[in-house]
Amino acid sequence: MSTAVDTTAAAVEMEHVESHLHPEPTYDLQAHPLPTGREEIWRFTPLKRLRGLLQDAPSDGHLEQKLELPASVTLTAISLDEASALGGTAPFDRLGALAAKNAGGALLLDIPAEADVTEPIRVHLHGTSLDEIVWGRLVVRIGTQARATVVIEHSGSTTYDAFTTVLVGDGAQLDLVHVNDWADDAVHAEQINARVGRDATLRQFEFTLGGDLVRTSTNVDYAGPGGTAELFGLYFADAGQHFEHRLFVDHTAPKTVSNVVYKGALQGEKAHTVWIGNVLIRKVAEGIETYEENRNLVLTDGCQADSVPNLEIETGEIAGAGHASAVGRFDDEQLFYLRSRGIEEAEARKLVVRGFFDDLIRRVTVPELAAKLSSQVEEELQRHVLKELA
Amino acid sequence: MSKLEIKDLKVQVQTDDGPIEILKGVTLTIDDGETHAIMGPNGSGKSTLAYSIAGHPRYQITGGTVTLDGEDVLQMSVDERARAGLFLAMQYPVEVPGVSVANFLRTAKTAIDGEAPKLRTWVKDVNGVLERMNLDPTFSQRSVNEGFSGGEKKRHEIAQLDLLDPKVAVLDETDSGLDIDALKVVADGVNRFREREGKGVLLITHYTRILRYIKPDHVHVFVAGKVAESGGPELADELEANGYDRFLKAAAV
Repeated sequence: MSTAVDTTAAAVEMEHVESHLHPEPTYDLQAHPLPTGREEIWRFTPLKRLRGLLQDAPSDGHLEQKLELPASVTLTAISLDEASALGGTAPFDRLGALAAKNAGGALLLDIPAEADVTEPIRVHLHGTSLDEIVWGRLVVRIGTQARATVVIEHSGSTTYDAFTTVLVGDGAQLDLVHVNDWADDAVHAEQINARVGRDATLRQFEFTLGGDLVRTSTNVDYAGPGGTAELFGLYFADAGQHFEHRLFVDHTAPKTVSNVVYKGALQGEKAHTVWIGNVLIRKVAEGIETYEENRNLVLTDGCQADSVPNLEIETGEIAGAGHASAVGRFDDEQLFYLRSRGIEEAEARKLVVRGFFDDLIRRVTVPELAAKLSSQVEEELQRHVLKELA
Repeated sequence: MSKLEIKDLKVQVQTDDGPIEILKGVTLTIDDGETHAIMGPNGSGKSTLAYSIAGHPRYQITGGTVTLDGEDVLQMSVDERARAGLFLAMQYPVEVPGVSVANFLRTAKTAIDGEAPKLRTWVKDVNGVLERMNLDPTFSQRSVNEGFSGGEKKRHEIAQLDLLDPKVAVLDETDSGLDIDALKVVADGVNRFREREGKGVLLITHYTRILRYIKPDHVHVFVAGKVAESGGPELADELEANGYDRFLKAAAV
């Protein structure tokens, strides 16, 4: 009898799938040489603006921490070796490998099995200086059948590179919210490697609203069948900002589900956003369902939104696979519909933009955070669009 | 009072092969309190007429006039036309993700009236209309037209007609794609609107079925961008019996 354990083992001990889209993961820095900028995984990133992050420079700089931990949840310092021994996929790129090597130590945020944590767990990381690089290493682990919401908020000025491992136990439900609301001069690179347990659900949100350069790579695989990963993102890039969100969902087990929805808006000269959505459906991954979507609203001239969905399929025995990607200005048909109800053009545009984002924000299960994000989007809009329309 | 006068209206659209004239001189007057049905085969320009009256940018007016109570409609922007008292129930209502029906209806009502509706009566009005249109109360929390069934979209259009209370309503194939139960709900909604003082209705349809529930004062057969023949309700009966052949042949000559 083919048990779940067999399938899981098979899934994790996957054969390597040759692809330029997702290099072989390893902690070995030698295997992640300095990029030239022409590689598939680097070609959209302005490497110079990483401010030396790609150099292998040790630093003991750190971000200020503010924590809100409910009673059953612990945050402990562990060694880098202990962190990698907990499991999860090794770094896919040099930034991830460098953070894993240079962070000095790791933090383990641990939610015990069967805990039902109703209060959000909040980790606020604040940068106070551009003088030194900050390396970060975090493991978020939620035990079997537990349920929790973790909010990681970023603010301030820094040059920060983190490698984050997310381990979702069997049957667990984790909402993981990243808020990247940096000051205008911050540089933030992060690799988030998540492993979703059997019948578990990971819902991740990324809200990237500030910073000079933000590049995150989220890589998800499955430790067993029946897991679900929902990856939602919202970004709002102003003049000169580079926001890059890379997603890779590796369907390593049967009957798994992935749903990726990222929405962005761009305004101002040289605002640049990049969205890469890679999905690999392995031979073993029969009966899976995947959908990925990226929509970009270009609000002014001089912006660039890159949007690249990639689907690699090694089995046809799946329940469904789809993707959608769009970069555009306002939808004339939406504006016509609203205006045909008497709503003036400026008001109609506001409705459309707010609606575009509210669609994602309202899925956040922390009401006061959702409200805060709504008002931040509103502030962003005030800077350009609403001002011009007023 | 409400009088919509269309005189010798000519409309073209841009295509890859250059402009194509779709309306070739349409003349039609909807007088105070009248309901007119426009019937015609596919491609005859019925929807073009509806969208041109509403001011869709795709349609270029090359000749003729449209006035509402003597005011020049063609000079007005899309939203000005709506505020002047025109309403278009669309054949394919557009999805607006993230904008709730409640927010949409309140924003539209505020725009049309020039002031926000009184909260207490407004909520009651909205709930009453949704109930009459056989729409669930949770409907108002959904995004406009997103994930609506075909029937829900049409009932939502007629709910707007009820709440926004225009002078003249243009209904573009509101009956298409509806099952008989949904058709009755929609027809009842339109008839409630017609019972109000002085309301005009231009009912565009491909089928005679809806005319059993909404009785028109006048029927026009629309062929090749023009009114081919006008008459009373008996003209619809003839179409039901014989189809459009007679008119198509005449137009082809």
